[in-house]
Amino acid sequence: MLRFAVRRLLGAIAVLFAISVLVFLIFNVVPATNPAQRIAGKNATPQLIKNVEKEWGFDKSLPEQYWTQMKLIFTGEATSYSLAHINIDERILEGIPVTASLCIGAAIIWLAFGILLGYISAMNAGGLVDRFVTVIALIGISMPVFWLASIFLYYLTYKVELFPASGYEPLSNPGKWASHLILPWISLAVLFAGFYSRVLRSSMLDVMNEDYVRTARAKGLSQRRVTVRHVLRNSLIPIVTLFGLDFGVLIGGGAIITESLFNLEGVGYFTAEALGQQDFPSIMAVTIFGAFFIVLFNTFVDIAYAYLDPRIRLGTSAV
Amino acid sequence: MPPESENPGTEAPIPIGTGALDADLGIGPDGAGVVEAAPGEAGPGGGPWAVAWRRLRRNKVALFSLAVFLLIVICCLLAPVWANQVAHTGPNTTHTLEKLHVGGEVREVVEPSGKAIGPQWFEAGGKFFLGADGHLGRDEMVRLLYGGRSSLFIGIVAALITTILAVTFALLAGYYGGWPDTIISRAMDVIWAFPVVLLGISLGIVLAVGGLVIGPIHLKSSSLWIPTLIIGVVYTPYMARPLRGEILALREKEFIEAAIAQGASGFRIMFVELLPNLLSTIIVFFTLNIANNMLLEAVLSYLGAGVQPPSSSWGTMISEGFQALYSQPILTIIPGTAILLTVLSVNVFGDGLRDALDPKSKVRFEARAGTAAEMDNPI
Amino acid sequence: MSAATEAAPAQPGAGGGPLLAVENLRVGFATEDGRVQAVDGVSFELEPGEVLAIVGESGSGKSVTAQTVIGLTRSPNSHIEGSVRLSGEELTTQSESQLQKVRGSQIAMIFQDPMTSLNPVYTVGKQIVEAIRAHDSSIGKKAAHARAAELLGAVGIADSERRVDDYPHEFSGGMRQRAMIAMGLALEPSVLIADEPTTALDVTIQAQILHLIQDLNRSRGLATILITHDLGVVAEVADRVLVMYAGKVVEQGTLDDIFYDPQHPYTWGLLGSLTRLDQPRPHRLPQISGSPPSLLRLPKGCAFRPRCPHEFAKCKEVPGLEARLPADPNHCDRCWLEPEQKARLREIEGRIGLEEPA
Repeated sequence: MLRFAVRRLLGAIAVLFAISVLVFLIFNVVPATNPAQRIAGKNATPQLIKNVEKEWGFDKSLPEQYWTQMKLIFTGEATSYSLAHINIDERILEGIPVTASLCIGAAIIWLAFGILLGYISAMNAGGLVDRFVTVIALIGISMPVFWLASIFLYYLTYKVELFPASGYEPLSNPGKWASHLILPWISLAVLFAGFYSRVLRSSMLDVMNEDYVRTARAKGLSQRRVTVRHVLRNSLIPIVTLFGLDFGVLIGGGAIITESLFNLEGVGYFTAEALGQQDFPSIMAVTIFGAFFIVLFNTFVDIAYAYLDPRIRLGTSAV
Repeated sequence: MPPESENPGTEAPIPIGTGALDADLGIGPDGAGVVEAAPGEAGPGGGPWAVAWRRLRRNKVALFSLAVFLLIVICCLLAPVWANQVAHTGPNTTHTLEKLHVGGEVREVVEPSGKAIGPQWFEAGGKFFLGADGHLGRDEMVRLLYGGRSSLFIGIVAALITTILAVTFALLAGYYGGWPDTIISRAMDVIWAFPVVLLGISLGIVLAVGGLVIGPIHLKSSSLWIPTLIIGVVYTPYMARPLRGEILALREKEFIEAAIAQGASGFRIMFVELLPNLLSTIIVFFTLNIANNMLLEAVLSYLGAGVQPPSSSWGTMISEGFQALYSQPILTIIPGTAILLTVLSVNVFGDGLRDALDPKSKVRFEARAGTAAEMDNPI
Repeated sequence: MSAATEAAPAQPGAGGGPLLAVENLRVGFATEDGRVQAVDGVSFELEPGEVLAIVGESGSGKSVTAQTVIGLTRSPNSHIEGSVRLSGEELTTQSESQLQKVRGSQIAMIFQDPMTSLNPVYTVGKQIVEAIRAHDSSIGKKAAHARAAELLGAVGIADSERRVDDYPHEFSGGMRQRAMIAMGLALEPSVLIADEPTTALDVTIQAQILHLIQDLNRSRGLATILITHDLGVVAEVADRVLVMYAGKVVEQGTLDDIFYDPQHPYTWGLLGSLTRLDQPRPHRLPQISGSPPSLLRLPKGCAFRPRCPHEFAKCKEVPGLEARLPADPNHCDRCWLEPEQKARLREIEGRIGLEEPA
């Protein structure tokens, strides 16, 4: 098990390296315009551009450029010229608690509903309840987040001031903290809940058809025991792994729109700001940060999967 | 409809799926006898395609969804017709200082406060059917139809690009194995590790600024091809990976061995033997991919990393609409609803398609093939 | 070739009747293409300590019959008629929770594919313990665990103390099947139903598993229903044989009856396709031409008609399952041919077989 974990971690580091190179190439090699000029911003003087060139290594060869820029980002010395000279890394760190509050809350909601709906759907497969839940799930999946968010914002914070419209309140005041987060939580959770309910449904239907479920019934186990300890236990494996991946993406700054719409100044919000200003260094830093988290979670998921499914753990691949 | 079981005391047991029992009953997937059709051949109940078609035909909901989608496409294609014959205006024509004569009344298209006129429906003969958009006073309905053309174009063409790339890579990697497989798989892994949205944003923003210049190809930043290519490339690993997995499994089967023994070339094996077996997976992925693409395009455009002005799409319309969210929420809700309806219809149809082609489908687009955020709806 | 049950303490049925009595069992399913009658009027009895083989190709209804005995086929799509009595007690009318008490403890069932029949995420020991404790929660976990190890040893798994904590995929195919059998025996049932227990195994392992089943039958008096498509397997182990085709029993009798005096052309075909070392070698191993009918589109009259070279006018009527040999009331078949015709027609090149249609 340990060797497995170590191998996965090494692989993850390799992938991270590859990603950083890819990001570097995208931002420095692809653009048709002078990258230094872009970084320096719209009102840059020629002297500023020259300074930027030096700082970001544009006057050197490509590998050296890569090294310089990565150093800036990883040692927390990258500053943004377009966004009021803030320290990019600091800004990212400040945003993490906000993003975490948003994501963890939404995650709890979507897991609860997704699993519940998926379970109900599967147990009533083909029936009216199943069809109904499927339609709801499909609508949830098809809904653009900003559509739902805009409806919430307009009707629930403006027309009827049921919830505060924006901003993030720190956890020190739990009531306010939650009331500011409820609408964003729901906006995010709807999509995932729909999706997860379908994944669980199809996973359960697959497992129900497996021979070992038939064996469990033939042994005289009670309905409940068969459903929970055999069907559900095995059906949840893909859910757990999927959740790990999704959560990683979300934390890594994927909730850009939700954060912007609801004015929650997390990592995603910062990303949207940087996009608006076309501030390459910030976007680059956020992208690497995001990718880092995702690869990290991917690795956790791989390891968790091995724990949940003994076939993977012991090296024998699935039957 | 299944007859009620008359056995007393059947407390809702776990429903027996068609899986294990079918084999016991000797019923093939189409309910016919034991003889199963080899891929490509016609079995007792008609070929697998005929069977799938029959199943699909029975799924009224899926067919209805398909009709809805086609209707939307047709309406958007007919955008010029609406613009010229009904609304008598273009998608970018502003009407800020104009007045509308409706049933004896005179209404201002854009009031001095900046509030634009609301939906007129057919009162003004079709002009400003859905009202005007903000202080620029453009006809919302016309913009919606034209924007739809962009969004649909991107959604469908990007899906084609993804399919072509994914199939090619999967075939090369899966069939040849060895070095081609290693290189392709690692490349896919790296793109895969990149969250779709971030990758799309990175590429989008970079290309938004200066356009794309590759050798003789010059694409302006407002070209629709840029978001199309980006989205097409970004989703490729999500299709290539499962396909590669299927190919690896198929490769071991006897009919491939037979073909190799007969001296068939790699090319022939890939395209004549392997590909037909992958078609149902490819078709389903392609359909669902359209839905994902449209959602991703909306997100990217909303964030400014997608469709660039002066082109417009449903995503850019939402972005603009947000400026006036509290005064005219309808400007945000309308394009959002358009996206929702289109994506929903594609998803429902795609779902029905998957059921028809293989009700016991083991190929999961969702699980492990990617994350929810990236598969069905980028956040 | 008769397998005598010796020194087996036969478990008496109520009043000395058969242990398991199935009468006119009919099982229909609603599929998306129409109604399928998978089992159409099957009757048989199983005496204590006896081994009954049910033989047939895929689609004959043999597995469905077996699964219906313990109620596994109940679903909104299925329609079950007829009677299944265990020691006189009717099972078809029992509720699901009542049947759960019967399953595993009085009638145990093992399935074809040991690879997929065990849950991969739990150890073998845990799954056996689960079976034990589901029926008797007073048995502690440790005691149950010890018993599980004991059972694995009893079915011939070496080093069972250690192996009881292994996962299913760490066992080989043959060992997995042994583990399944051990799990089936855990509660000392009176009936074991084995649905194609050797089909998914290598030939050498097949023999081992069959011997194990035979041993269990002899030493514990475990009445066994063995379901298979392979007459070779039957010859090793069975006392009596039921031949099924398209949902109906087409011939039933003792092992000797079936092998030495088969009455139904389908049986001749099955026998003819066996390789025999003790008989003259044919030019070509005969096969039964054609394939089993789709249960959705059964031929009128005798279901075997399209594949039978000896078909004649009367075959358009469905033959009843009757004992047509005056000397042997327990040997029944479903063929309109006269016994003398049958005796003549079944000899091909000095051995029993089915002639190719002209």
